[in-house]
Amino acid sequence: MALSMRRIQIPAMFSLVLWGAIWELIGRFGGIDLIPPLTRIFVAAVETITLDKFRNALLMTGEVFAIGLGLAIVVGIPVGIVMGRLRIAANMLNLWVNIFISAPLTAFVPALMPILGIGQTTVVATVFLFSVWVIVIDTQAGILTVNRSLIEMARSFGATRFQIYYKILFLAALPEILTGLRMGVIRGVKGVIIGQLIVALLGFGELFDLYLGSFLMERFWALVFLIFGLAFILVQAVVLLERKFEFYADVR
Amino acid sequence: MDAPMAMIEKNQDTRETAAVTVEGISMHYPGGVHALEDICLSIPRGKMTAFLGPSGCGKTTLLKIIAGLLEPSSGDVFVNGKKTTAPGPERAFVFQDFALLPWANVLRNVAFGLELRGRKKGEREEIARKFIAQTGLTGFEHHYPHQLSGGMRQRAGLARALVINAEILLMDEPFSAVDEQMRRKLQEDLLSLLAVENKTVIFVTHSIEEAVYLADQTVILSPRPGRIAKIVSTDLHSDLTPDQIRRDRRYLDMVDEIWGGLKQYLE
Repeated sequence: MALSMRRIQIPAMFSLVLWGAIWELIGRFGGIDLIPPLTRIFVAAVETITLDKFRNALLMTGEVFAIGLGLAIVVGIPVGIVMGRLRIAANMLNLWVNIFISAPLTAFVPALMPILGIGQTTVVATVFLFSVWVIVIDTQAGILTVNRSLIEMARSFGATRFQIYYKILFLAALPEILTGLRMGVIRGVKGVIIGQLIVALLGFGELFDLYLGSFLMERFWALVFLIFGLAFILVQAVVLLERKFEFYADVR
Repeated sequence: MDAPMAMIEKNQDTRETAAVTVEGISMHYPGGVHALEDICLSIPRGKMTAFLGPSGCGKTTLLKIIAGLLEPSSGDVFVNGKKTTAPGPERAFVFQDFALLPWANVLRNVAFGLELRGRKKGEREEIARKFIAQTGLTGFEHHYPHQLSGGMRQRAGLARALVINAEILLMDEPFSAVDEQMRRKLQEDLLSLLAVENKTVIFVTHSIEEAVYLADQTVILSPRPGRIAKIVSTDLHSDLTPDQIRRDRRYLDMVDEIWGGLKQYLE
């Protein structure tokens, strides 16, 4: 099996190129207005990058995303650690975390608007709500795998409670915490775009609205691909971080 | 229940001279396990004491109570005459599963006790290097635990315990997770190391041979709830070199005698 698999190994980019070619053909000869040829989308993407509108949207979106994700990290990791350590906290919060992680939070965003206003704050809250739960759950899972004798070891050498948390528990759970962070980034990107679309006045949401409303399909697709690309780069950055700590994930 | 005056005085006395005294320790775990019952014991300074007994007799529990890692249901532990309920700098623990930080290399692991005390990096690594050399780990300072064999991991665990310069070493089945040949090598190395270091050592083992080979006194515990069945003097080091011990008549007799006493618990 393994041998024959290796023999027909396809270069990683091949399928991308193939699908790109199909898209191009449909775009040129399919007569579907919604799907312009890929080459024209690329040209539009290069143009879009130079637009002030795009840059402003990128900065605004980046800021909102960073604040929302930052809050999710600052809240999610400690809550996950506490839930991993204290049975009472786990009993009280497990149900809620599991409800929220699987809930369709998009439906929840309009409900935030009357409370937080039609602006940045609502989008920050959306990013936070999309990403915090998975960070909590993965952190908790990480803490639960920590070898008890590491904690005993630290205690026997006179570690303070604080030292046990940041020199043992946090580091021992780091592989899971980083997995949670990666999932949090993926969900946060969804959150920021959904938040901006529903609020419809901000950043990329505003641009999407503009391009779709005026039927600028090349621009629209260009924006979609740019956001895909940015999200991909962001996630890969976390993957790189994960690899740095992966070496001890299996040997704890 | 009043203890006679003479006995209290005697206790005071041994508390002062012994490295560790254990008085009336009982342990009931939450959930109903009755692990230890009324253990009274004194551990002589500068000697090696083994806790030996069938599995589940509470020997590790007793060691962890002495370490201050577990709180007994009743009874007291005195270290150098002072009552203790928590870990302290005069005791260092060696773990059965090594308990090395998987994200830290040997150098950082060995120096970890000093790191927790806030000693400067250069300073603590210099001290750690000395004990890395003593435990035969030179050249592996920058290896991570998962790159080491079991024997080498426990050498690192031992070096880490020695670095903080505690006078009392507590070892929980230190060599049970390594193979037989490596165990023998580690036992021999431990004896020659301790010949220079002059520590009080308490170790838990389920191996009669290990207890007789290493220990000056062997405390035999009965099955759950653990009580002291017998304390046997197994001091062979004062007149024999490590190489000679296993071939000595007294070694064989002691192993036999202890086995005779333990056999009844296995029925």
